[in-house]
Amino acid sequence: MNMNGGQALMKALEDEGVDILFGLPGGAILPVYDPLIDSSIRHVLVRHEQGAGHMAEGYAHATGRPGVAMVTSGPAATNIVTPLCDAYMDSIPMVVVTGQVPYAAIGTDAFQECDTTGITMSVTKHNYLVTEAADIPQVIHDAFHIATTGRPGPVLVDIPKDIVDPNNPRSAMEWYTPDSHDLPGYHPNRAGDSELIRQAAKLICEAERPVIYSGGGILKARAAEALLELAELTGIPVVTTLMNRGGFPDDHPLCLGMPGMHGNYTAVTAMQEADLLIALGARFDDRVTGKVAGFAPLAKIIHVDIDSAELGKVRRPDVAIQGDCRLVIEDLVKALGELGGNESQPDRNRWRSRISGWQERFPLTYEQSKDDELLKPQYVLEQLRDATPDDTIVASGVGQHQMWTSQYWKFNHPYTWVNSGGLGTMGFAIPAAIGAKAGRPDRMVWAVDGDGCFQMTAQELVTAATEGFPIKVALINNAYLGMVRQWQEMFYEERYSEVYLTRDVPDYKMWAEALGCVGLRVESPEEVGPAIAQANEINDQPVVVEFRCEAGENVFPMVPAGMSNSDVVVDPSQQDRPR
Amino acid sequence: MSVPPGTDGGGTTTLVVRVENKAGVLARVAGLFARRGFNIESLAVAPTEDERFSRLTIVVGVDAAPMEQVVKQLDKLVNVVEIRELNPAASVERELMMVTVRADPAIRGQILDLVRVFQATVLNVGYDEIMVSLTGSPSRVDDFEDLLRPYGIVDVQRTGKVALPKLVKTAPDPLAP
Ligand SMILES: Cc1ncc(C[n+]2csc(CCOP(=O)(O)OP(=O)(O)O)c2C)c(N)n1
Ligand SMILES: [Mg+2]
Repeated sequence: MNMNGGQALMKALEDEGVDILFGLPGGAILPVYDPLIDSSIRHVLVRHEQGAGHMAEGYAHATGRPGVAMVTSGPAATNIVTPLCDAYMDSIPMVVVTGQVPYAAIGTDAFQECDTTGITMSVTKHNYLVTEAADIPQVIHDAFHIATTGRPGPVLVDIPKDIVDPNNPRSAMEWYTPDSHDLPGYHPNRAGDSELIRQAAKLICEAERPVIYSGGGILKARAAEALLELAELTGIPVVTTLMNRGGFPDDHPLCLGMPGMHGNYTAVTAMQEADLLIALGARFDDRVTGKVAGFAPLAKIIHVDIDSAELGKVRRPDVAIQGDCRLVIEDLVKALGELGGNESQPDRNRWRSRISGWQERFPLTYEQSKDDELLKPQYVLEQLRDATPDDTIVASGVGQHQMWTSQYWKFNHPYTWVNSGGLGTMGFAIPAAIGAKAGRPDRMVWAVDGDGCFQMTAQELVTAATEGFPIKVALINNAYLGMVRQWQEMFYEERYSEVYLTRDVPDYKMWAEALGCVGLRVESPEEVGPAIAQANEINDQPVVVEFRCEAGENVFPMVPAGMSNSDVVVDPSQQDRPR
Repeated sequence: MSVPPGTDGGGTTTLVVRVENKAGVLARVAGLFARRGFNIESLAVAPTEDERFSRLTIVVGVDAAPMEQVVKQLDKLVNVVEIRELNPAASVERELMMVTVRADPAIRGQILDLVRVFQATVLNVGYDEIMVSLTGSPSRVDDFEDLLRPYGIVDVQRTGKVALPKLVKTAPDPLAP
């Protein structure tokens, strides 16, 4: 079939199963926006290309399917670099198509030319500069394969204008459906080595104080069920990192919650005291380990990851298994079965009682606000958690509100937590929530955002309002870049430098209304529940609820940067309790 | 201390990397080394017998990073097809040096003596300078350069080494099953 490159691009995307594209047109990508009109793919017109990228990420977070964004060359391509880096750090499957100046103009500093593949090389799993229209079907097919297999990640495809422009003879091509991949250097490995899995099973049977350290790889591998089976078979407690909230139910008696810098005391301490860590799809990030030399000093390590470069990158494992988390865990369950299943597990009652002792002495805690005080953000989050359906999808920004959300929410379902972990990108919440809603229109979607973050990407609420994505935003207005304020309070002798945002400017309620949303404002604890109930009732418009919160609240527990996890600082009210 | 494969004990490792012969692949490799803080001592690029691929010979400073990380990160590049770590004891290494040395007519004879001993080649002669080339193992090239230095090196250009594994010396036993 004769086509031009632009038509081929749309057909290739349709053939990959793409149902929605987030984007914004411009000169170099113009020719592709014409066949888009005739395509089955829905396009969502964003207000800033960073929004398109985070929407694609949110979509991927919530559905497991690759998110797709399409933007023009030059400034549009640079605007989407942050989401690419975010997706790279958090292993999010995403394909970004960028327009480029005509092939012959590349290198001449043409209008809106930038070296997009050069700029994005280190923040993508792979990228392409397509030089011939005839390469488009194969490149798109390969791009989706790379983005979604092995350790997932973002792939960028840069397309010069001439090969998609029907007025240019270079765009003429004959359509073909690629039936294989042209990737001689790419062979993602899935199954784990069975002998190593047996060794891991033996270590598990010998461990007296084991902890399962589960990371984002669980969700990527769709391994939540397998993880539950492993935990229940062995009775081993599970910590869920920031990237795996929801990958193991918070309500489960074996769940210890989030470890790390702002993790639960019990999750942090159980890892410190463990004699075996079973790391599944986790990468020993510095926010989890604290000072590496002091991390889990007594523990042997079993490390399972699809990316062999993670094995031994930070901590040398005793058993390193490269493979897909779901397949490896399933094989591990079988291997444990052969060793006697539950019978093979030593008596761990002492370990269990130490853990429940920590849970009793060091629960999450905060003080409810006094009469003359504004709201406590933790209270707002508890109320929001309790007033929303169990399978609500929550997206968050970056800062104190993110940590409180992760701490206080009860994640009982996979793919309900959408956040920026590795890069810590302020402004992620609103566009990511829109992408999640686009992928899961059946679910209630709340964004929990900070006042600082909100001001970075609030314009995408226009996209939500006009494109029909009735997301809800809980805006934690503490008048500060709160997380930075907390560090200045604790580590810079309360010398506050450039962290005050002001309380009343902008007027968030008016701003929300101007953006096409319903705007609500809440100041006292009694108003919190009714406002949430009101927001939950609105399904034809986005809603922003501004919660006016105390500025001085700090996130605890906290492991100060560079310190050992054994030095975790607990809430001031718990400081005198025996550890 | 045992020497890991590919290490010559002098703090470098040789990687022979087969990559797809596509635009930008060298930039990907170089960019990866820069981003991960690995150090390239020398790099040679050449086409292979199969035109779809090129071969990079990369000499890496091992102090800079654990070699295992270098190899694993390199292996993740989609265009990297195969990586071999070459142990110097089990490989043949060659390097080419071109060097211009000061050579007043009075001492030119001494330099020509060295050229003869090393079986180097005279490429060009000026009234008080001489240009020679030598192909050999990197350590032999080092020796030659050291011996020339006292005369005054004006310009020196080395290619960086290339290497191939040594061949098997014993034929398989024809009677083996
Ligand atoms: C794009 C970006 N810029 C700067 C930072 C550094 N940073 C981390 S948290 C934070 C404060 C966020 O403020 P806000 O959104 O109000 O959240 P809060 O901590 O007050 O809950 C800042 C500035 C960042 N993570 N991302
Ligand atoms: Mg704030």
